[in-house]
Amino acid sequence: MSAVIDTHDTEHAHHGPAKGIQRWLFATNHKDIGTMYLVFSFTMFLLGGAMAMVIRSELFQPGLQIVEPEFFNQMTTMHGLIMVFGAVMPAFVGLANWMVPLMIGAPDMALPRMNNWSFWILPAAFALLVSTLFMEGGAPNFGWTFYAPLSTTYGPPSTTFFIFAIHMMGISSIMGAINVIATILNLRAPGMTFMKMPLFVWTWLITAFLLIAVMPVLAGVVTMMLMDIHFGTSFFDAGGGGDPVLFQHVFWFFGHPEVYIMILPAFGAVSEIIPAFSRKRLFGYASMVYAVGAIALLSFVVWAHHMFTVGMPVAGQLFFMYCTMLIAVPTGVKVFNWVATMFRGSLSFEAPMLFAVAFVILFTIGGFSGLMLAIAPADFQYHDTYFVVAHFHYVLVPGAIFGIFASAYYWLPKWSGHMYDETLAKTHFWMSFIGMNLAFFPMHFLGLAGMPRRIPDYALQFADFNMISSIGAFLFGATQLLFVYIVIKCVLGGEKAPAKPWDGAEGLEWTVPSPAPFHTFSTPPEVK
Amino acid sequence: MRTMAMRAGALVAGLPLSQAALADWTVNMTPGVTNVSRDIYSLHMTILWICVVIGVVVFGVMFWSILAHRKSKGYKPANFHEHTWVEILWTIIPFAILVAMAIPATATLLDMYDTTEADYDVRITGYQWKWRYDFEDQDFGYFSNLSTPKDEIYNRLDKNDNYLLEVDNPLVLPVGKKVRFLVTANDVIHSWWVPALGVKKDAIPGFINETWATIEEPGIYRGQCTELCGKDHGFMPVVVKAVPQEEFDAWAQEQIAMAEKERQLTSKDWSMDELMERGEQAYNTNCAACHQADGSGAPPTFPAMKGSAITTGDMQAHLDVVVNGVSGTAMQAFGEQLSEVDLAAIITYERNAWGNDTGDMVTPKEILDYKNAQ
Repeated sequence: MSAVIDTHDTEHAHHGPAKGIQRWLFATNHKDIGTMYLVFSFTMFLLGGAMAMVIRSELFQPGLQIVEPEFFNQMTTMHGLIMVFGAVMPAFVGLANWMVPLMIGAPDMALPRMNNWSFWILPAAFALLVSTLFMEGGAPNFGWTFYAPLSTTYGPPSTTFFIFAIHMMGISSIMGAINVIATILNLRAPGMTFMKMPLFVWTWLITAFLLIAVMPVLAGVVTMMLMDIHFGTSFFDAGGGGDPVLFQHVFWFFGHPEVYIMILPAFGAVSEIIPAFSRKRLFGYASMVYAVGAIALLSFVVWAHHMFTVGMPVAGQLFFMYCTMLIAVPTGVKVFNWVATMFRGSLSFEAPMLFAVAFVILFTIGGFSGLMLAIAPADFQYHDTYFVVAHFHYVLVPGAIFGIFASAYYWLPKWSGHMYDETLAKTHFWMSFIGMNLAFFPMHFLGLAGMPRRIPDYALQFADFNMISSIGAFLFGATQLLFVYIVIKCVLGGEKAPAKPWDGAEGLEWTVPSPAPFHTFSTPPEVK
Repeated sequence: MRTMAMRAGALVAGLPLSQAALADWTVNMTPGVTNVSRDIYSLHMTILWICVVIGVVVFGVMFWSILAHRKSKGYKPANFHEHTWVEILWTIIPFAILVAMAIPATATLLDMYDTTEADYDVRITGYQWKWRYDFEDQDFGYFSNLSTPKDEIYNRLDKNDNYLLEVDNPLVLPVGKKVRFLVTANDVIHSWWVPALGVKKDAIPGFINETWATIEEPGIYRGQCTELCGKDHGFMPVVVKAVPQEEFDAWAQEQIAMAEKERQLTSKDWSMDELMERGEQAYNTNCAACHQADGSGAPPTFPAMKGSAITTGDMQAHLDVVVNGVSGTAMQAFGEQLSEVDLAAIITYERNAWGNDTGDMVTPKEILDYKNAQ
């Protein structure tokens, strides 16, 4: 109960945070590190977003107006890399750092000094990655999927720095994942069995295992690239007996689970938020856990659906098609459960709930286009077109990003001790919602009409939908600045938040005061 | 009807329609002109409608909850939080729907993989950034380059209707014949796509992929490269011209004769002026995309030709670079791509254009000797 912590913390005030810059540089406190992760990821989100604005400006009209194709390719590459590795993944690690110890009643993360390392590697890695923009020959320009041999034989000299940056990000992710697993397995409060863990904790546990399984695969593939570029090997060079398709198999063996790494924690967060604002327990807790597990396992056997046009044998094509379609079953179960949770609840629509509901609707639409993409023969028409761009932005923007916004608003009172400005937050939601749909929905039409992805200029029949899409993107991009204002305003002051600001919320994190004290749960709470 | 509705919607929204004359509000895939593409289209529509129905049901229940079960209306929450039978049911029903989808998908896929008994074989090779088509049985082949002028791309001229979807030499195919495509690439991975044929296949260096099409209606079908292949990925269209058999035969005869004539040109005595004239043309087609028409290049990736050490220095070194390329850079080996005549013309042109004025001239015969000596 909250009384346990209140008095305890004031008695040991000298255990409080260090003063000045040292508090952050040498931070071992999960809350400080969580905050740093969140601030860093949002900075990267704005940087990657600025690059998306360059892309959408160039595509506003047919013809080349603003940038040359060479720079356009650098922008698409960096946008993808920064959003995946710099914005979405660190944001979820930040949420895990903040919330996992609070939700399981632990005093801190299990490995606090490694936690400090895993964060501080990231700014270094991204400084290195972004610095390639200023190098001779330019930044990586081969797409975030960096297919060989475009990236190995024909890549710019900065490719080597890109490889090093990827290695560093991978090390950071693995350390973060180890920490999450160690914390969840060892530091749960007495009485918190696995099947009593909050879903956010469950999804992060599974995500952490995915990370440990696939980040080394990514490290492997970039190391093979490094060998090909500098040490005369021919892993991906057919001229030397290698195989360019091998690159894709290895890359997507990492890359497909990676998309679930970016979505599963959002599943967890939404499974906390929807019950809270429905004032009703989550429907089908057990089947939700099994569904996440099933999705995670299936994610390892479907990688080649990114490669349906690569010329696989028909048996392989069929295997990957059937497995991919199967993912729709557990995903469907999750969506049905969320809807059933809302059904006959007592709903209210504060900002976290708005983002969570939009998550369910738009993620489901992204899931539908995913199912269409899974049908191999049809994929021959969709593959590498704007239909795919629409699909994965429908999964990642409402899925990952809206999931993060929902979490941020849901837990912001706990972090800052103040209520955020609800009117502004709702404005942020509606403008994001409209902007996002305006930007990405027309892309379905563009893809079906035949527009390939990653082109800096396009045929005239694609002009109108591209213009609409760009307008939507500008709206979505500009709206995110509002979020900065809302958060700063909330941190600086505002209505005091009670320990439990949402009447339907459940969980240990609401038993500690708001803001959550620097040290919590030095005496473990009892879970019944 | 749908088009009208879309236009009306856009007008109401007050969106700019400056290019409405050329605009297209196509929102769906089109059925295409081959059996396979029609199968794909019907699969696409089937899945789309299944998704729409599921969406209507799921979102319907959800919106009903959103509207009716509100706290602000004083609705009291129910207490249920699991129901084994419901959960089993909504696992099994989607599974059954998926099986129903997988059956036609499997049949179509098997059909797409059946490349046997083709009437013609065409080898398609992807280059940065153009396509080469070789008619395997008839001993001729040619390159197909984007023909949209730079002035249109840089908005100095009005764009024509087929902006970015036009080439100098389209792939000509006979109607009603099964054509097998053997798809490969010379440098990086490209992907050959013509939506109306329902054909998309990656072109991978070191591999030969197979696919096929039987085009049913004469016409011109346009597509683009769909795998990121570097700087000019967006400027690599595919144009297929389907013609009746007689027309195709006449065209093929003409191509065979032209190929023969081209071979004879190698032994002809060329004058400087002839080489310069042909060189300018060949340079603009093959080299200007990277090194620019005025020879200024795009350093550091693509060095300038104007006044450079290569084009004004030792001729043998220049020859070597053009014929064999420079490994580890974007400079391709043009020895296999271009005829001796074009190679000689380009090298001569590069050594004398833009004030390079070396006065050097290399003949097609010398190129042939150089290649044979290797």
